[in-house]
Order: sequence, then structure tokens, then C-alpha cells
Amino acid sequence: MSPSELIIPHGHVLRYTLKERLTHWVAAGAYIYLLATGLAFWSPWLFWVAVILGGAPVSRMLHPWAGLIFFAAVWNMYVMWAPQMRHTDVDRAWWKAVRYYSTNQDDKMPPAGRYNAGQKFLFWGFFWSTVALLASGVVLWFPEHIPWNLRFLRYISVVAHPAAALFTIGLFLIHIYMGVFAERGAFGSVIRGDVSIAFAKRYHPGWYDEIVGGSSTPRK
Amino acid sequence: MSQEILRIQKISGHAGSVPGEDTQRQYTVCKLIDTTTCIGCKACEVACMEWNDLPFGETVFGNTYQTMPETRWNYWNLILFNEHEREDGTLMWLMRKNQCMHCAEPGCLAACPADGAIVQYTNGIVDFQQANCIGCGYCITGCPFDIPKMNPKTNRVFKCTLCTDRVSEGLEPACIKSCPTGCLHFGSKVDMLDLAGKRAKQLREHSNFQNAGVYDPQGVGGTGVIYVLHDATKPEIYGGLPRDPHVPWTVKLWKGPLKWLGNVAMVGGLIGLFVHYLRFGPKAREDEDINPRGEKS
Repeated sequence: MSPSELIIPHGHVLRYTLKERLTHWVAAGAYIYLLATGLAFWSPWLFWVAVILGGAPVSRMLHPWAGLIFFAAVWNMYVMWAPQMRHTDVDRAWWKAVRYYSTNQDDKMPPAGRYNAGQKFLFWGFFWSTVALLASGVVLWFPEHIPWNLRFLRYISVVAHPAAALFTIGLFLIHIYMGVFAERGAFGSVIRGDVSIAFAKRYHPGWYDEIVGGSSTPRK
Repeated sequence: MSQEILRIQKISGHAGSVPGEDTQRQYTVCKLIDTTTCIGCKACEVACMEWNDLPFGETVFGNTYQTMPETRWNYWNLILFNEHEREDGTLMWLMRKNQCMHCAEPGCLAACPADGAIVQYTNGIVDFQQANCIGCGYCITGCPFDIPKMNPKTNRVFKCTLCTDRVSEGLEPACIKSCPTGCLHFGSKVDMLDLAGKRAKQLREHSNFQNAGVYDPQGVGGTGVIYVLHDATKPEIYGGLPRDPHVPWTVKLWKGPLKWLGNVAMVGGLIGLFVHYLRFGPKAREDEDINPRGEKS
């Protein structure tokens, strides 16, 4: 899609295509199930979560399949977004100024593109964690088929899987906080797909310039 | 041995107190296997199948007595036959009855996330409760002896129960009862260690087994199954008996520091974000001033 085609009537601009939104929500649904059942296996204090989700044996049976769905969705994100997630000079400047971002002084931030450096970090953090979760998860799916002389694979996996999951939980909490609570307009954009042009201009000025630069008559 | 109701002193994946902890004093039971008097007759294997109603398994023929390569989910007790050449060129035919070791600090139980799927009774027996098992197989990873085996149809894990049902009625395990040479003994851990020590001493003093000794690995807190070995310095020659078995350190890391660190980080993260919202609130709407309160940095 050429930049100017992203502009839609009534001062709005398309931020996420239907394909992007669908992928996001497939990943989100799978992740929330994985998180709930994973936490149930993580701590005896949360084992009841697996019980209300149909019983722990069912959770154990479905968790790996949900993991495959999650991986497929994340892989699709990789295919769609990896080129846009490259680390740039603006991102380096963004990280240097991150304290202004986290204290809502967004006027002091360098001009982010479609994704700011924090969003790129979230993406790559999730991507590599998901790869690690898949690799260790396959081992934990069939521990009884790992030969005794390859048992180190199991030993690595029982630590790598929760460690990678904990890392994603950190990312997930920040993602939810930013998307639902901190940045008004962000949650709607991943439901309906659009943000206002003013939103784009303020929070993603680099991206705004791209769009407007490609359009002869930016509509307010 | 214990004729009281079995009480639980350790329980897997359990939030809160352990039902039987500190309620009862019981002898820790122990099975003693004297490999020096085992003749490999497999009577213990048959007795195990008979008492526990296990089906006959298909055997393999590899020109040895080893007609089954390893224990299975429905075959808990297996003699491992090992031909060992000594330094002087003579051959030893080593036979070791292999089964769950009933560790004092069981790796299976430490790794298990399912509430009550693995328990340790106050008499030391480690028992799987298949009704509570969720089929994750973490016990397989936790065990340093490669003992828990999964039923592929039901995804439940099984192993030797040390004939919990017999022991709780004051009987010895079925394998012990069937042994024709008396190489198997059953009693309290204290008595069995004493008997094993005497037998090892006898071997050292009255035979040429200078390295005879008792196998009661302390890395897992000692075991409820102990061996007398001709050569206790080389347990590996008895079909891969680990020299110094431990619960894998990654399992300990996962269930210890990582769990605490993770819990603190998750709860701390939630609190931190909440406090951040109270302090800074949401970002300005696109049509608002970014810095309405005129805060300076």
C-alpha cells in the first residue's frame, strides 16, 4: 500500500491493516491462554487456573498446540514487520531520551517512525523469546522421547522455557500498559485499524511525514 | 513395617501445608539389593508383574539375557545384565535389579507441578498418584535414574510403588518375597544400612573384592533402595548406575531462585506499572497540550 492510500476520511489514517489486526489478535488470544495455563504449571498457588480452564491434563494437552498457533502468528508478524523494525539512528536517540518518554514529555522525543524504538524492542523481544519458547517447548512436549544421552536438552529446556516466558511477561505487561492505559487511541487502532492524523503526527512524526509526503492533499 | 495409615510428608505442586508433615514418626523403609548374591533368575520381575497385575511385555532377543532393554510404564522392575572385564582380564557377570530408588529428596517430586501427583509417605516411599497426574513428564526430567515412564495412551506416568499396598499392611514388597537367594532384604533404613555395611565388610575381608561397598547416594539425600556392590568405586559398570546422582541443577534453579526471582519481578512489575499510572497517568490526547501542568524536567 502506498503511503497516501493509508489516509482515510474524517482526519483519520490507517495504522493497522485487517491482516495485521487479525494476526495481532490470534497472537493475543493464544498468548493469554498460554500465559494462564503456563502460570498454573509455574506455581502451585496458581494451579487452580488450570482447573477452571477445564482441568490441568486438558491444559497440558492444549498448551503446546496454543504455542504452535502463537508461534505461527509471531512468525507472520516477522514476515510483515521485520523490515520496519530495523534499528535506526533515530532509535538510538530515542533510547537516550527514554526517560522523557516514560514521564510523558513526548515533545522532547526524537521523531519516531511507524514504530518507535520501544515498540521495536517489544517486537524483537517477543520474536526471539518465541523462538526460544518453541525450541524448548518441543522438548518439554515430548520429554519421554528424548533419549537418555540427550537428557541435557531437557535440563536446558526446563529453565529456558520459564525464563523466556518470564521475559515475555515483562514485555506483555508493558505492552498492555502502553496500549490500553497509557497511550489513548492505541487500543482502538488495533481494533478498528485507524488513528487520527493528529495522533500520527504527535507520536509517530516520522511515519506522519511519510504519509503526508506521499499525499498531495492531506485531509484534516 | 508401617501398619499405620500412610501419611504424606512431601507432596508435589501443593500450595499450603503438607497433610502428614510432623504428625507421625515412622521407620524409613528400605530395600537392600546385594548384587553379589543375585543370580539373575528374574523371579523378582515376575513377582512384580504378578502382584501389580502388569501385562506381559514383548521381549527382544539380542544374544544376551537382557530380554528387555529397560523398564517400562507397565514393567517396573528389571534386572540389568552386564558383562564386565576386570583389569586382570577375567570376566564378571554383573546383575543389578533396577527400579525406582525412592530417593529421600526425589527429583521427580521436586519437578512435578501437579498438586498431589507425586507424594512421599512418612515411611519414605515415593509414590505416583496417577489420578492427579497431568502428563507433563517433568518427573522424567527430574529423575537422575531414568525411572518414570509414560503410558503413551493415557499420558500418565508410572513406576515402582515399593508395593505401597503391601508395605502399608506390614508385608514386604513382592520382589523381596520372591527372591530365592536372599539377595533382597527389606526393613528399616537403619537396619538395612547396618546389614549392607556388614556384608560389604565381609566381602572386603573374606574375598578379593577390596572395593566392595554400599551404594546409598547422598546427592539425593540417600535412597530407599540401597545396593551392595562388588566395586562401589565403579557403580557405572552396573548398567549405568550414576556415581553421584543429583537432581539436575537446572531443575533446582528453575524451582528455586528462578521461581522467586520471577514471582518478585511479576508482582513488582504490576505494582510498578500501577504506581507509574498514578504518578504520570496516560499520555496526552493528541489534541491536548503535552505538558498541561507545565512540568519541567
